[in-house]
Amino acid sequence: MLINQFLLLAAVLFAIGVYGVLVRRNGVLVLMSIELILNAVNINLVAFGAQHEGASGQVFALFVIAVAAAEVGVGLAIVLLIYRNRRTIDLDQLDEMKG
Amino acid sequence: MIAAVPFAVPANIAFGIGAAFMIFSAIKVVTTKNVVHAALYLVLVLAGVGLNYLLLQAEFVAVTQFLVYIGAIVVLFLFGIMLTRAPLGISDDLDNRKARPAGILTGIIVLAVTAGSLIASFGDDRLAFKATNSVAAISDSIFSRYLIPFEVVSVMLLAALIGAIVLARKD
Repeated sequence: MLINQFLLLAAVLFAIGVYGVLVRRNGVLVLMSIELILNAVNINLVAFGAQHEGASGQVFALFVIAVAAAEVGVGLAIVLLIYRNRRTIDLDQLDEMKG
Repeated sequence: MIAAVPFAVPANIAFGIGAAFMIFSAIKVVTTKNVVHAALYLVLVLAGVGLNYLLLQAEFVAVTQFLVYIGAIVVLFLFGIMLTRAPLGISDDLDNRKARPAGILTGIIVLAVTAGSLIASFGDDRLAFKATNSVAAISDSIFSRYLIPFEVVSVMLLAALIGAIVLARKD
């Protein structure tokens, strides 16, 4: 198997995730697109890890999974708080920072 | 050379089928008009990523992927969808239509740049499968060489736990 087939699949997933982050308006769906991006990076880490001795690539992939779990927990808590205060999670309506 | 043994052909077939499913499901995650369906398509993508870990002979990461992502994170997403009273049927205002051309353009540019540089740098390189993938080796690695990052991750998980409770509780 070529290493590039995994890396190119990860690149496709990454690009789809970037599209989702840019286009989706629902906060939960943006978090899902971020998960796509994190998973693409994880495939890269494990694929590159297979080219080297030791288990470093897999250990880093495990760290990324742990960080992603924490990120989803805090992110969903923030989305819930926004919903409770504003009765909507439409990201286009959260524009107080606009001048 | 592992690539020469008969493992390669069925692994390539499995990779092709898995990759087609993953790309289809990933596109559905970012385009479907039903929020719950997006979460369920995300399950297919995450399972495909687990399949890729298996093909890369990283069994422990694959099991962790299935347990943590499909077992926990997707359930969290479904909770988030329910608690924010998202429209459960088809709804048309999940996408920002004005941003769609810019999003497609950005995605294509990202894909073209990464794919071009990957093909230029790695070409036809074969996977070496040099990594030790036994659970014993991974845990040795975590608890010796990467001990400090591991401790930092545990503190971060505790902080995230407390932070999520503080943010989401009703007072």
